[in-house]
Amino acid sequence: MQFGIFTVGDVTTDPTTGVTPSEHERIKSMVRIALKAEEVGLDVFATGEHHNPPFVPSSPTTMLGFIAAQTKTIQLSTSTTLITTNDPVKIAEDFAMLQHLSGGRVDLMMGRGNTGPVYPWFGQDIRQGIPLAIENYALLRRLWREEVVDWEGKFRTPLQGFTSTPRPLDDVPPFVWHGSIRSPEIAEQAAYYGDGFFANHIFWPKEHFQQLIAFYRKRYEHYGHGKADQAIVGLGGQAFIRGKSQDAWHEFRPYFDNAPVYGHGPSLEDFTEQTPLTVGSPQEVIDKTLTFREHFGDYQRQLFLMDHAGLPLKTVLEQLDLLGEQVVPVLRKELAAMRPEHVPDAPTHESLKAAKDQPAVA
Amino acid sequence: MTARTIAVVTAGLSQPSSTRLLAERLAEATRAALAVDEVGVEVIELRDLAIDVTNTMLTGFPSPRLREVIDTVTRADALIAVTPVFTASYSGLFKSFFDVLDNDALDGKPVLLGATGGTERHSLVLDFALRPLFAYLRATPVATGVYAASSDWGSVSATGALQQRVERAAGELAALVSAAPEAKPEDEFTSVPFEQLLAGN
Repeated sequence: MQFGIFTVGDVTTDPTTGVTPSEHERIKSMVRIALKAEEVGLDVFATGEHHNPPFVPSSPTTMLGFIAAQTKTIQLSTSTTLITTNDPVKIAEDFAMLQHLSGGRVDLMMGRGNTGPVYPWFGQDIRQGIPLAIENYALLRRLWREEVVDWEGKFRTPLQGFTSTPRPLDDVPPFVWHGSIRSPEIAEQAAYYGDGFFANHIFWPKEHFQQLIAFYRKRYEHYGHGKADQAIVGLGGQAFIRGKSQDAWHEFRPYFDNAPVYGHGPSLEDFTEQTPLTVGSPQEVIDKTLTFREHFGDYQRQLFLMDHAGLPLKTVLEQLDLLGEQVVPVLRKELAAMRPEHVPDAPTHESLKAAKDQPAVA
Repeated sequence: MTARTIAVVTAGLSQPSSTRLLAERLAEATRAALAVDEVGVEVIELRDLAIDVTNTMLTGFPSPRLREVIDTVTRADALIAVTPVFTASYSGLFKSFFDVLDNDALDGKPVLLGATGGTERHSLVLDFALRPLFAYLRATPVATGVYAASSDWGSVSATGALQQRVERAAGELAALVSAAPEAKPEDEFTSVPFEQLLAGN
């Protein structure tokens, strides 16, 4: 089981001080947060990709490469990489390069992006979101798996005798997750290829994501990759932690009340009741996170959103201390104890390489 | 034995409310006109859900109790929708409720439209405001809509005329409901097989 954090990379005013970080400060904070994630023993850091203010991470592999140079163990990932508006050729090249630089500590999560205006900036149309995701990803897979590619499709210029460079590290393409909030087609896609499926599992009630995950598991089995309970599932989550529950509620409330996405709407009480958000002591975060397994089955990756709504860097780093030292070790132990033997871990470069080098059993 | 469910959405804000009163008359007349063994009528007062509806716009998901109401409306065999006239149209709360429904929630659903106002002068609100809204939602509004002004409640003869309109509209709704198969909930998550998606279908 992998534990980590995912960041949207938003620049948001701290509602308690009125201070808005500069883009430069936010970018440096994201890096600091990633380094801290490794220091406190987390397994994964994932960054979003956005091309419009108030978000800063437009160039994920640049940032992840910079982080890779300063870390040793943490897995670098995305949440998400836009498979619709990025050229799949550039994704193939950028992430293969990152594999080499980071020693294989890379996977990525495909997403479509739901901001309409972004599509035309990159020559695309949001109404073609699903067909773009399907065609581009099919090409991306071939670019990583076939030395020389001849290809023709609907959305980009044809390729004749094209070789994507560098080739993936050890000829092992990065593991891919697919993220979706509401599209069964994307769950179907993940299941078809035997890839991972990630439900962002924040801001919305679990029931919605339960349907999607159940559908993905069913289709994973249908396509013959294993039993439904062996499908590779990742979940988001959101927490604000302090030693004492009432301190967490008191400190987080102004951030919640003014947050982008859900601020000025439901009460913090309703939102923690209705969505995966947990505000409280380490034990309360542990208890709520353990319910995720009951709702979704044994799963492979848990990412928390810890750095949004204008929380200052200092607070976020304190949150990571609490998460890494008091929450995750308990979750690791408890979830491992409950996990049946036949449920696999999330694939890594090492495991995929070992599987490739091992001759297939007849 | 057949059973039918009619969802009644009323957007009146005062209590007692003439909008609610009209909604109940429409529901009662429809129940009487339906020749089936069992008719379930679910009355939904939007006033009680005003904050939940607004929160849904802000968060993108309904609270559990609003979810329940949305499911009731979506699964019902027919809908009776009644709004007061505010500033020359349906009320904001009325529109907001239909804004938070899924786009296909009312596909093909028989609907009876009703409105209330202080004077008769707004009666065309049914045809100029409500009917286009439900046409967009691909519902099937019956030909007769019922508008009730203060004067319609004022005398026995006036109320008698209103009652005739109510019964005509209810009869039209009952005819549509009787002709339709019973509503069945759908499985939300289905996808075409991936080979088809890959082939561009």
